[in-house]
Amino acid sequence: MIEVQNLTKRYGNLVAINNVSFRVAQGEILGFLGPNGAGKTTTMRIISGYMPPTDGTVRVGDFDVIEDSLKAKRRIGYLPENPPLYNDMTVEGYLDFVADIKHVLGKNKKDKIRLAMERCGITDVNKRLIGNLSKGYRQRIGIAQAIVHDPAVLILDEPTIGLDPKQIIEIRYLIKSLSGDRTVIISTHLLPEVTMTCTRVVIINEGRIVLEESLDRLSERVDGAQILFLKINHANRYNEVNERIQSLPNVSDVRESASGEFIIQTKGGTDIREDLVRVIVQNGWRLLELRPLTHALEEVFLRVISTEGE
Amino acid sequence: MKPVYTILKRELKSYFASPIAYVVLLVFLVLSGIFFFLYLQGFVESQFDPRFQFFKERINLNDFVIRPYFGTVSIILLIMMPLITMRLIAEERRNFTAELLFTSPVRVFHIILGKFLASFSFFGVMVLISAVYVIVLMAYGNPDLGPLLSGYLGLFLLGGSFLAVGLFSSSLTENQIVAAVISFGILLVFWIIGASSDAQDSILGYLSIINHLDNFTKGVIELKDIVYYLSFIFFGLFLTHIMLESEKWR
Ligand SMILES: Nc1ncnc2c1ncn2[C@@H]1O[C@H](COP(=O)(O)OP(=O)(O)OP(=O)(O)O)[C@@H](O)[C@H]1O
Ligand SMILES: [Mg+2]
Repeated sequence: MIEVQNLTKRYGNLVAINNVSFRVAQGEILGFLGPNGAGKTTTMRIISGYMPPTDGTVRVGDFDVIEDSLKAKRRIGYLPENPPLYNDMTVEGYLDFVADIKHVLGKNKKDKIRLAMERCGITDVNKRLIGNLSKGYRQRIGIAQAIVHDPAVLILDEPTIGLDPKQIIEIRYLIKSLSGDRTVIISTHLLPEVTMTCTRVVIINEGRIVLEESLDRLSERVDGAQILFLKINHANRYNEVNERIQSLPNVSDVRESASGEFIIQTKGGTDIREDLVRVIVQNGWRLLELRPLTHALEEVFLRVISTEGE
Repeated sequence: MKPVYTILKRELKSYFASPIAYVVLLVFLVLSGIFFFLYLQGFVESQFDPRFQFFKERINLNDFVIRPYFGTVSIILLIMMPLITMRLIAEERRNFTAELLFTSPVRVFHIILGKFLASFSFFGVMVLISAVYVIVLMAYGNPDLGPLLSGYLGLFLLGGSFLAVGLFSSSLTENQIVAAVISFGILLVFWIIGASSDAQDSILGYLSIINHLDNFTKGVIELKDIVYYLSFIFFGLFLTHIMLESEKWR
């Protein structure tokens, strides 16, 4: 549905994105993940037709976003990094304007506006001036604006930024419910966002794609590659504990971070939790806590962007 | 053409939602009113002045009130129009709504035209309200209708040119004040060109933006004057288009 080929964008000497290519199939939710300044916004602006690339092509459906820009743009709903709002308009008036410039016609228009407002939970503020609304509501209006013409492709640049935790969860549900046969790209620098909403992830760093994988494959790949945090109570004989754990198969490193707290690194990404618990029980140590220290995906993310960055 | 109407409608609404528009309207009406009645007062006094006894036939409303009035209004407009156009594009950038407009299935040209027509409508409202003064004239005598109407035609063309300059300036920046200053600067240059060379047939005289109004207020509608203003407007909109398109490619 979306085909990005060899996209490069330079701002003067600065190369914002460099030879970026990926495809998104219909119905997929693609997470576009990367740290600040990676080039996410730049890529999304090009896909949405806001600015042309220095090099490369983008096709949305059957249309090139530059050559057939009007046709491509009709099929795209776009939420920019900053929601594009007119502060002097009411929510309803604004969505009516957006529906008009997106060519939503006649009878349908009222229904579509109402539906978009319901989905984004802004029906109760529909008569209020946008300028007087809180950040979270403004973000929702931004999303409503992107979906009001029922586009086949949705491009959301950091859709949950500035929302409170409850709203973040709501918006993630909303994005999931919006997908269906729509194609969605969301950019974010938050991993949980990707694991919760996306079917596939593209990680970008310093303008280059460093990883592109389906979420299932990704979790296979990271399964077990863990750092464990262990906390026990054993009357100060922690050197002995340290040695016993070290002697377990597949443990590469054990460090005592505080009294009774250990950080255990495993070799080759094997899961040693069962062995570890067996040792603890056999020795009668009192177990207080055992958990993976970092989110596994976060590890991958950090590893991928730090090795590529060198 | 529907997108033009959509843009025009929104833009007009936002004029009437902003205090700037009302202040500009009010100040324009007050200033033009003051000058109008000063000219009128001068005219009325001259009617009773024995020194003008013999010229009485030649002292008419058109030459003594309407023509100087149009001249003054054109200066007032030169100062106030940049305030009407300054937000047109600059504010879209500031609000990030430029990203909405330019990712919508609308041609850039339609956006520009919609915005131009919106500012022109506002300007039209301003001028039409101020026409009340002229109606008052009817109570004092019989001004020649021809020059009056052609004068208004000239005024609308002149205003349109001012607006085109303002729209272009607004496309250069995201700061409204900067946009207003730039358009004021450009307009002053075109005005000074005229003041420095009165001869209509010199090149500088032809370029001057205000000289062309003279013929209209005399009741003379000449093709070259109409062509001047229309090409001025076209050029302003064209440069705006180039500006907005090239910005994307940076
Ligand atoms: N208009 C511009 N002019 C010059 N440089 C720019 C412009 N826009 C972006 N850049 C540069 O391009 C690079 C990529 O920026 P971009 O906004 O795409 O990053 P991002 O991934 O969206 O970051 P963030 O997570 O902070 O939003 C950055 O180094 C940025 O400074
Ligand atoms: Mg960004």
